[in-house]
Amino acid sequence: MDPALAESERARTTADHSKFKELQQDFLSGPEVTRACLSCHTEAAKQVMHTLHWKWETINPKNQQRLGKRHVVNNFCTSVGSNLHACATCHVGYAAMTDKGLIEEPERVDCLVCHATVSYSKPTGLGGNVVAKDVELPPGSGNVIRGQNLRKIAQSVGKTSRRSCGTCHFMGGGGDGVKHGDLDSSLEDPDRKLDVHMDVEGLNFTCATCHQTDGHRVPGSRYTPTAADKDGPMIRGKGSERNPATCQSCHGQTPHKGRNAGKLNDHTVKLACQTCHVPAYARGGIATKLSWDWSTAGRRDAKGKQFVVKDKDGNKIYESRKGSFTFGENVKPQYMWLNGEVIYTLPGDKVDKSAEPIYINRYLGSPDDGRSRIWPVKVFHGNQPYDPVNKTLVVTHLAGADDTAYWTNLDWHKAIETGMRTAGLPFSGQVDFIRTLSVWPITHMVAPKEDALACAECHSRDGRLAKVEGVYIPGRDHIPLLDQTAKWLAILALAGVLVHAGIRVYAHIARKRSH
Amino acid sequence: MTQKVYIFKRFERFWHWSQAGLIIFLLITGLEIHGWYSLFGFERAYNNHVIAAWTLVGLWVFAIFWHFTTGEWRQYIPTTKNVMLMVRYYTQGIFRGEPHPHRQTALSKHNPLQRLAYLFMLVVAGPVIWTTGWLLLFYDQWGNWGLADLSLATVATWHLIAAYTFLLFLIVHVYLTTTGATPLSHIKAMITGWEEVH
Repeated sequence: MDPALAESERARTTADHSKFKELQQDFLSGPEVTRACLSCHTEAAKQVMHTLHWKWETINPKNQQRLGKRHVVNNFCTSVGSNLHACATCHVGYAAMTDKGLIEEPERVDCLVCHATVSYSKPTGLGGNVVAKDVELPPGSGNVIRGQNLRKIAQSVGKTSRRSCGTCHFMGGGGDGVKHGDLDSSLEDPDRKLDVHMDVEGLNFTCATCHQTDGHRVPGSRYTPTAADKDGPMIRGKGSERNPATCQSCHGQTPHKGRNAGKLNDHTVKLACQTCHVPAYARGGIATKLSWDWSTAGRRDAKGKQFVVKDKDGNKIYESRKGSFTFGENVKPQYMWLNGEVIYTLPGDKVDKSAEPIYINRYLGSPDDGRSRIWPVKVFHGNQPYDPVNKTLVVTHLAGADDTAYWTNLDWHKAIETGMRTAGLPFSGQVDFIRTLSVWPITHMVAPKEDALACAECHSRDGRLAKVEGVYIPGRDHIPLLDQTAKWLAILALAGVLVHAGIRVYAHIARKRSH
Repeated sequence: MTQKVYIFKRFERFWHWSQAGLIIFLLITGLEIHGWYSLFGFERAYNNHVIAAWTLVGLWVFAIFWHFTTGEWRQYIPTTKNVMLMVRYYTQGIFRGEPHPHRQTALSKHNPLQRLAYLFMLVVAGPVIWTTGWLLLFYDQWGNWGLADLSLATVATWHLIAAYTFLLFLIVHVYLTTTGATPLSHIKAMITGWEEVH
């Protein structure tokens, strides 16, 4: 953060945590810090433990599906299942998320991962634990994890920032920008072009400016997205259960001013704001993954070792332990009707190979239901292991020092057996691959208005909305028979009058000659 | 021997030419909006189309007022009398240098075929294009107007059919202006008001 800004931030807060006597100690573990926090913020841990950040579980109220990271399977690293010591690095707790369930101890809530304003990092492989002293991990590997100065970090606490949220949310899918496409570390210090709200030199929004958090409950969810917010700007005193992270919660329903305002505002009954205002994702110079083919994983080089292939930009396009990837920057989204309902294909659900590609998460929507809008989405293509006998997607055991982890041994059979056993699901022993799609709503990286889509991007024969059905788009839609008929009638009429004129001229000359 | 008759009054001429310009401009921009070609770019084509349309609405308000206050609307009362004569003239007589069967006067400016054609444009093609055009402009209000069941595609298609009708009318109309006493006499009349007659 800019020092002047940091200074003004300090000037606004009434508490300088570096002066608190509770924090004048050399903490030896994360939970020790949390105990100190809870000695003043007595209800904080309880609040956190009610949230998705802690539970990694949510019930979709529309269809009662049990979702959240603990339950879904995706087409990136597929599922957290038995991989928690790695995946739970991003859990908001200190090794609280285990194969057997959550350890519901308040001091296991990690306050620092969100509230530290100085560098704070947790090594992968410890389930979310932090180390206060240098350790070799794994032991004997020579790989030393630097201990964190928990005293200094604890004294730094403050509001969340783009960086603190981004520690996990920019890194989804196992690396910077991999998963979402509209969230990557370029948003730590974005310029106006990249995000008009987060622009460091301008509005300088943090994530929480929109995801306005109350009692640690962070609003906004891709499991239960708000597809169409039909209300005006939120007004103080009008307490509601509305999602404050929608565009409309500030901008209302008629946000356009000036030239063409009327026609642009008309569009809000069909389009999500993001459709025009996020013209492309991965715009900050960091590539996002577009596809992941697990079926090519497992190759070894001449020495029998795992290897990696990079493209000219340094993106890993092949990894023995993961398979093949494609990447993209400045990617034009795809577009589809969304009404906010999402149906997941969960582990255990039957999938039909003949119906490839299988939707990991199907977004519902229709032009006629009155609650859908056309949204930009990232569609991520996967080819992932499945059980052809039980006809289910599988939970794979990827990370770990044990003999069955795929990343160690490149053996699908063992990895899936362990993964499915952890998940309590049957595995036939057969492994095949199945093509899948996952859909990610595009909502961040809002461009300044001059970069919003021009009309012709959609109002043209092969525009961005070429494949969106159920809506008449001038410039895109036409009845070829009508247009061709009109064209030929016009040509005939022209030809007709020209022939008529020709005969007149000829007859006129002929008459003159005969006189 | 030719003589001149005063046919078209000043407002009428102004109405005709400004309407002609606006309709041609509306066709150019409208066909671009429909995706036939790219000239102004969609946004400017659309904006210009709307501005021209509202201008034409304004012009029509005056024109309708003028037609009723002057009684000129009677010029469009249809008649089938002498229609066949006109058809015969356009298909035969004109080539033989026969005189025009219709004698233009200030009280009867249009020949019987003209009356039918203009009446069709005024009471069928015109209202269709206006009604559908307004609906298209305000399509997000349909629900409030009790028109929620209307299909945007249907309305747009009728707008287009009417527009194509105007295009065909325009082609034939422009050509038929050359069929006066001299090829330019009708056009001169529409500029000066004075028509040469045989």
